[in-house]
Amino acid sequence: MTLNTASKGAAIDIRGVSKTYGSFTALDDVSLRVEPGEFMSFLGPSGSGKTTTLNLIAGFTDLSAGEIRLDDRSIGNVPAHKRNIGVVFQHYALFPHMSVAQNVAYPLKQRGVAKTERARAVDQALQKVQLEHFSHRFPSELSGGQQQRVALARAMVFTPSLLLMDEPLGALDKKLREVLQLEIRRIHRELGSTFVYVTHDQEEALVLSDRIAVFNKGRIEQVGSGHQLYTRPETLFVGQFIGESSVLRGNHLTNGSDTALTVAGTTLIAPGQAQGDGAHVILLRPENLTVQPTGTGARDGATNIINGTVREMLYLGAAMKYEVTLADGSHVIARTPTQDEPFAIGSAVELAWNPKDGTLLADDGSTAGHEG
Amino acid sequence: MKLNLPKLLLGLTCLLIAIWLVAPTLVVIPMSFAGQKSLAFPPKGFSLQWYENFFTNPQWFGSLIVSAKVACMVAVVATVVGTMAAIGIERMKGRAGGLIRAVLITPMIVPGVVLAVGIYAVYLDTQLVGTWIGYVLAHTLLAIPFVVIAVGANLAVFDARLEIAAASLGASRLSTFFSVTLPLILPGILSGALFAFVTSFDEVIVSLFITSPQLKTLPVQIFSSMTRDADPTVAAVGSLIFLGTSVIIGLGLIFGMKGRRT
Ligand SMILES: Nc1ncnc2c1ncn2[C@@H]1O[C@H](COP(=O)(O)OP(=O)(O)O)[C@@H](O)[C@H]1O
Ligand SMILES: [Mg+2]
Repeated sequence: MTLNTASKGAAIDIRGVSKTYGSFTALDDVSLRVEPGEFMSFLGPSGSGKTTTLNLIAGFTDLSAGEIRLDDRSIGNVPAHKRNIGVVFQHYALFPHMSVAQNVAYPLKQRGVAKTERARAVDQALQKVQLEHFSHRFPSELSGGQQQRVALARAMVFTPSLLLMDEPLGALDKKLREVLQLEIRRIHRELGSTFVYVTHDQEEALVLSDRIAVFNKGRIEQVGSGHQLYTRPETLFVGQFIGESSVLRGNHLTNGSDTALTVAGTTLIAPGQAQGDGAHVILLRPENLTVQPTGTGARDGATNIINGTVREMLYLGAAMKYEVTLADGSHVIARTPTQDEPFAIGSAVELAWNPKDGTLLADDGSTAGHEG
Repeated sequence: MKLNLPKLLLGLTCLLIAIWLVAPTLVVIPMSFAGQKSLAFPPKGFSLQWYENFFTNPQWFGSLIVSAKVACMVAVVATVVGTMAAIGIERMKGRAGGLIRAVLITPMIVPGVVLAVGIYAVYLDTQLVGTWIGYVLAHTLLAIPFVVIAVGANLAVFDARLEIAAASLGASRLSTFFSVTLPLILPGILSGALFAFVTSFDEVIVSLFITSPQLKTLPVQIFSSMTRDADPTVAAVGSLIFLGTSVIIGLGLIFGMKGRRT
C-alpha cells in the first residue's frame, strides 16, 4: 500500500447529534457542516461539549442520537481505527517506549506501508514540524512544544483528509503557543486537509480559523467567521465570549424599526426589533465608543449619549482604555485613540456612539468571562 | 566526644532485629557443610557430601526437577491468566471490578491448610492427586494473586489514553495491545511471573496433601526427609534454594523498580 499524497479535505456533516451520559445531556441536538479543506474551530467554555463532539467524530464514543457523515458516508458504525482521521491531543499521547521516528512511523506500520516508503514519509513529516534532527530521541527527552510537534507529525504522516485537534496547545506557555499557531496554520495550508480545532481561547480561534462554532451548554450558539461573530453576534453569550464588550441592561420599547432601551434613566436606541417579551440588552464594543466631556452632545451620528464617571484609565500605547461607571452602577469599557489630555479618574464624562454600532440581543443571562 | 546513648541503643536494637531476621537462614549454610550426619549447630567437621548427595540421589534431584517444571508451568499459566484478569478488572469501572479482584486475591489470605483440605477433597474425586495437572492447577491458584497485584499496580500508572491514540492512528484492539499496552506493562508482568515461579517453587502445605511417591516436589521431599531422620542434605538444599531465590527476587525487584521509573 502506498499513501495518497494528494489528500483533499473531507466534508463533515453533523446532523441532529446528541450525547447523553445517564441522565446528563452533554450534547443536545447539534447540527453542523464543515466544508472540505476548511479550518473550523470549536470554541466554548470548558464543559460545553467541544471534546464530546470531537470524540464522536473520531469514533472514541458512541452517538446517542443523530448521524455523522464524512464525505457523505455515515460513519456511525465505523470503528475509530478505520476512520482514517488524524487526532492531536492536549496531552500529546506519544508512545513513551518508542523513539520519535517510531512514533511517527506507527500509523504507517499499521497500514502496512513498505519500509522505504515509511522512512521517506516519516522524514518528510518530521521536516514539516522542523524536528528532522530529533528522530532518535525518546518523548521523555523532548520539551512540551517538541512533543506536540511530534504528535502533529504523527497525526498527519498518513495524510488523513481530516485532522482533529483537542486543545493541542493548552499545556504550553503563551509564547510557544503563538509560534505553534502559525505552524499549524502553515501546515493546514500545505496539507489541504480539513482541520477541526478545539479551544477555549477565543484569540486562538480568531487567529486560526476560517469559521468558528461557538459551543455553550451542549449546544452550538452560532457558526461563522471570526468577523461575523465579532460584529454580528446572534446571542449575548457569543457577543460576550468573543472579544471585549460591555452590556447595557434596561426596559425596552419598540420604536419604529428600532428599539428604545431605557438605561439608568437615559433612552438609547438600538437597531432592530426585540424578539419576544423577555429582557433585552445592548452589546457595545469598546472601539465604537467615544468618551467626551459632559454636555458635548451628539456628533458625527453618535446620537446615543449616556453620562458616567471615569473609574479607571489605562494607557496602552496606541490606545487608551477607559472604564466608565454609569448611574445604575454598571461598567462600560471604551477604547479611544491616545489623547494628549486624558480624562482623569473620577471626572464626569459622556459616552457616545452611533446607534447602529450597538447590538440588540435577548438577555440570556450570560455574563462576561472567557473561562467557563 | 560524648557518647550518644539513645543513638547507640537504636543501633543496637536494629542490629539485634537484623540478626533475628536472617539468623535462621544463615544457620543453614554452615550446617550444609557438616562432616557427620547430624543437624547439630554448630556443625562438626567439614564435607561437601550433602551437596553431592543432593545432586546424585534421584529422590532429591528428581524432586528438584519436578519442582522446577511445575514452577515454570505455573509461571506461564498464572501470568497469562492473572494478566488478563488484571486488565479486565482495570477496565471494569465501579464495584464489580473490586469484587472480582477481592475474589482472585483470597488464596493469599485464606490459611494454606484450609485451602489444602479443600483442594485435596476435590482432587480425590477427580483423581488429580499426585499428577502434574494437579500441582500446576493448585499452585496457579496460589500464584494468581501475585500476578494480579503486580500487573494491576503497573496498569494503575499506565496511561490508557495511549490506547485511544493508537486507535486514531489505525491500530486495531489486538494490535494496540501488543504494540502499546504490553510493552508498557511488561515490567509488572515479568515481576508477576517471577513471584508466581517462586510461589510455586517453595509451596509446601498444599503440595504435602496432593503429593504421591511417584511425583514429589522439592519442599515435600525436604519435609519428609526432616520427619524421617536428621539428614544435612536438607541444609544443602536450603542453602541452594536460598541462593536461587535471592537471585530471582533480586531480579524481580530490579524489574519492579524499572517499571515504576518509566
Ligand atoms: N464519560 C463521561 N461521563 C459523564 N459525563 C461526561 C463524560 N465525558 C464528558 N462528560 C460531561 O459532558 C460535558 C461536556 O464535556 P466536554 O465535551 O469534555 O467539554 P469541553 O471539551 O467543551 O470542555 C461536561 O459536563 C462533562 O462533565
Ligand atoms: Mg475538552
